Amino acid sequence: MSSTEDKRGLSTRTIHGTLLPDSATGAILTPIYQSTTYVQEAVGVHKGFTYSRAANPTVSALEDVLTSLEGAPTLCFSTGMAAITTLFLSLLKQGDHAIVSDVVYGGTVRLFRQVLEGVGIRASFVDTSDVRKVASAIEPRTRLIFIETPANPTLKLTDIAAVSAVAQEAGILLAVDNTFLTAALQPIFELGADISVLSTTKYIEGHNATVGGSLATRDETLLERFRLVRKTIGCIQSPLESWLTQRGLKTLTMRLERHSQNAAAIASWLEKHPAVARVSYPGLRSFPQYELASRQHAAHGGMLSFEVTGGTPAALELMKSVKLCALAENLGAAETLITHPASMTHADIPPETRVSLGIPDGLIRLSVGLEDPPDIIADLEQALRKAETVSEKEESAACVAIA
Amino acid sequence: MKIDTKLVQTAGCPGDPHRAVSTPIYQTATFEQEGALEFSQYDYSRSGNPTRTVLEKQLAELEHGNRAFAFASGLAALTAVTRLLEPGDEILVVDDVYGGTCRLFSKILKRSQISVRYVQGSTAADFARELSLKTRLIHIETPTNPLLKVVDIPGLARLAHDNAALLCVDNTMLSPYLQNPLELGADIVVHSATKFLCGHSDVIAGAVIVRDEKLAEDLYLIQNGEGAGLGPFDSYLLLRGIKTLGVRLERQQANAAEVAGFLSGHPLVSKVYYPSLLDKKSFAIHVRQARGNGAVVSFETGSLDLSRQVVESLKLFPITVSFGGLQSSVSLPGRMSHASVPEHVAAQRRLPVDLIRLSIGIEDAEDLIADLAQALEAVEGVAELRASAG
Repeated sequence: MSSTEDKRGLSTRTIHGTLLPDSATGAILTPIYQSTTYVQEAVGVHKGFTYSRAANPTVSALEDVLTSLEGAPTLCFSTGMAAITTLFLSLLKQGDHAIVSDVVYGGTVRLFRQVLEGVGIRASFVDTSDVRKVASAIEPRTRLIFIETPANPTLKLTDIAAVSAVAQEAGILLAVDNTFLTAALQPIFELGADISVLSTTKYIEGHNATVGGSLATRDETLLERFRLVRKTIGCIQSPLESWLTQRGLKTLTMRLERHSQNAAAIASWLEKHPAVARVSYPGLRSFPQYELASRQHAAHGGMLSFEVTGGTPAALELMKSVKLCALAENLGAAETLITHPASMTHADIPPETRVSLGIPDGLIRLSVGLEDPPDIIADLEQALRKAETVSEKEESAACVAIA
Repeated sequence: MKIDTKLVQTAGCPGDPHRAVSTPIYQTATFEQEGALEFSQYDYSRSGNPTRTVLEKQLAELEHGNRAFAFASGLAALTAVTRLLEPGDEILVVDDVYGGTCRLFSKILKRSQISVRYVQGSTAADFARELSLKTRLIHIETPTNPLLKVVDIPGLARLAHDNAALLCVDNTMLSPYLQNPLELGADIVVHSATKFLCGHSDVIAGAVIVRDEKLAEDLYLIQNGEGAGLGPFDSYLLLRGIKTLGVRLERQQANAAEVAGFLSGHPLVSKVYYPSLLDKKSFAIHVRQARGNGAVVSFETGSLDLSRQVVESLKLFPITVSFGGLQSSVSLPGRMSHASVPEHVAAQRRLPVDLIRLSIGIEDAEDLIADLAQALEAVEGVAELRASAG
């Protein structure tokens, strides 16, 4: 069955892929091949596996299932950044240029600024939510448009179909980091993307237990190029991490359904709270790109962000007061995680730039977990109450100073 | 094939299409069958698992047995052996035995009306005096833990067989690298594979190895029926550890011999326990049945207080239960691994309260001795201070 003609439902695809039981024993799960090498029947005669840096049966099993989910052949990597590095090194050579979403994971920015620019590979960071800005950023040596949608942490969306049209006209490849929603909620290949990028660390594995990444594409030449670069720089995922990732993947559709329901409930509740100035969640009617979100997403996932009225002091007080929500930088797992981008994930960006990107000091990012929503709400409620007293104190201190 | 070769020549996983050099980890609960009435070799991982099969074959090979069974712990392995007995049966046990074994025999088997008698001594004659018509199992360790007493395996095997009993040897202390009880007439070998077999302090596991097919069938029924078999991932780690058993143990026992020599000459040490320091008669028994002295050394200082201070002054020896790992460790058996010995047994076996047990690792022997020297010196200083103050 070719990956593009797979008519089975999402859950069936993520549970089975096209895997068969182990041929030797009937084992229902693929064994963990924690082996470097494979005995050859004669010199050069083997079953497709020679050395586990190039390919490994357990990694291949995960790739098979992800291929069914993505609707495109997939390769797995040791981390999300290893997948992104392989993508850029495969497509860009010295003097080449990429267009990258301006609101993007900090590690991607660091990769360009501190590693790739040194070897003459350049990027322009562009507000890709405006397709005209994408078109006008194209240079003669632009080879790739790399977007992240929804963006981290503002949840700003990029219209994949619109950017794809621009890319196709210019003969440029479009890669989409689909980590926040995955193919289960946002089928990017149907919208015209050429390459899917995932940090499988997040929703795909979903249990805060592994780090990993993947690249998928329907272009066979490109896939072979990725395979060659992965083998050459040596960043394939390990057998045990692949096995654990496949284990997490089996519950992806159920988890995303629950993550989405929980996030919607919490977003609506936050929107009515007096200490909250603004909530960003693509499923809210108040979300500026609500129409695009409804068109582009099957559901809106578990990520939301909100701004507290009292700025950094109130945000930090909130972070300090939460009990159930864990203060951590990961996202996409069963546990609810809370982040203060201005002092954590995006602290390296100057304050003025942060504000222009839509990351004010009072912004909080919430990766809504699988807990019962009333428990998450009760935790946020008590923390917001403490945050309010901080902003009140600041205000009265300011009044005293003026007086 | 010599043992060092056997250790690294793990059999391939049966039918592995990729012929992986390292055994695949079959982390699966169940297996698809050929048809509704045609069953494959494996159906459910409690009953059998390919990764565990490779491990069990290797354990049988190393112990010169026909069948081996891997369990979730050493005590799970020993429990399976005791399931061969029936109410009214009796076990004779060497008195200096691991505390957990004592707890199993004295506190748990009592509920099944299986009685246990502890025997002081190391020869068939010593055990013959305690033997009764009810005796069905003789269980020994040799050298024992923690006093390193030696028990005559061939002598006890003859005694057992003359009296329709089975001889079970806990071979944890020396491992199959240094001693093969089945070759000496024992019926059953048990291991805490957590110790030297694994060697990396990262797996809890046990094993039972036998030659007799009927015993093997019974043990398989127990392993499958009670469900204490070892999981695939732990089986894999154990297979991995076994590959270096030889090189580890060679180094560990060379270090242990140096440590035992150093302790024997130290004025603050009142007694050292190590097979090479045994009385002539016991050592002769040991030499007939074993190929080395192992890597556990025990010693006394004369008082619990002094021993506690020595143990707490050591820097390279973490205070831990268990032994046989790459890293040296120290314990006070009376307060730790053998604290579960019932009081009347403890009184009978006279385990010295000041006994310190060292498990010697693969570190540089000079460093280990320097650490022991500084710990003993620190305590000596205290002793002198007390003497002058008193």
